[in-house]
Amino acid sequence: MKARYLVPLIVFLVIVGFLAVGLKLDPKKIPSPFIGKPAPAMDLPTLFNPNEHITTESLKGKVWLLNVWASWCVSCRAEHEVVSRFAATGLVPIYGLNYKDDEQDAKAWLHALGNPYEANLVDRSGNAGIDWGVYGVPETFVIDKKGIVRHKVIGPVTDEIVRDTLVPLVKKLQAEQG
Amino acid sequence: MRKFPILLLSVLLFTSARAAIETYQFDDPAKEAEYKALVQELRCTVCQNQNIADSNAELAGDLRRKTYEMVQQGKRPEEIKEYMVARYGNFVLYNPPVQTNTLLLWGGPFLIFVAGLVILVRIIRRRPSTDEHVLSEEERKRAEALLAQGTDEEK
Repeated sequence: MKARYLVPLIVFLVIVGFLAVGLKLDPKKIPSPFIGKPAPAMDLPTLFNPNEHITTESLKGKVWLLNVWASWCVSCRAEHEVVSRFAATGLVPIYGLNYKDDEQDAKAWLHALGNPYEANLVDRSGNAGIDWGVYGVPETFVIDKKGIVRHKVIGPVTDEIVRDTLVPLVKKLQAEQG
Repeated sequence: MRKFPILLLSVLLFTSARAAIETYQFDDPAKEAEYKALVQELRCTVCQNQNIADSNAELAGDLRRKTYEMVQQGKRPEEIKEYMVARYGNFVLYNPPVQTNTLLLWGGPFLIFVAGLVILVRIIRRRPSTDEHVLSEEERKRAEALLAQGTDEEK
């Protein structure tokens, strides 16, 4: 009969358990359906040379990063230093996807803060963004030699993420067969 | 109590009478209906608790445009949903499909309902029966005697 009095306590503990887990979850982080799938096809002009087009296909054979940014994006500004430091190590080429931005603003932004990108692909309409499932800028994708998306960072990349996740992952992917 | 079903029905019927922000021209009323149903069901990934019909976010606008383009191209609603799910995951659907990781989502309310029913039945069964106790002839006489005694003393 004593067990009856434990029921409210157990119910309470279950609710606490659910709420505790819920507190830790970040609802802004939607798992990307692209992990383990081929990177979406794109064919976009670059920011500084509109005649040059870069396609997903043309980047096959090497590990590369795609960093989605825009001059209107506040946290991209904070992230930019981290991306610049990471690019300076020369470990992996980082391509920028200039998402829904004004050309002049984007160029001014890079002139002021420096351009760590191998090239900047221009997505004025946001269509490429839709293809990549971009919903919040900045976002960073890691693509392997076969053109498969292996990782996605949602929100600004930090030094910790670079050190603990991106560097080991890129090294591992570079060691894989192309 | 009789009014309750009507009340319920009216609440259910008038929950989603909202319009998107842009005006799109459709060449076919059926397509327009498809578009309207889709933007109600697709969830805005930036603003999270809104569908793309309600949201003012840029991305929601882009997704509405994409939905419009695909509807105009004659794509079926299933194809458009697949297109969105391929890019944003099941998160974009306000009606996610029933699969192993959504079982609790779909089954949870029924589980809670059944649990509530079980608790209710147990409480009702445990409640002591409250049938009236009818006095026997003997008891009635005794009670009358006691009552008479009381009034006597008061005098």
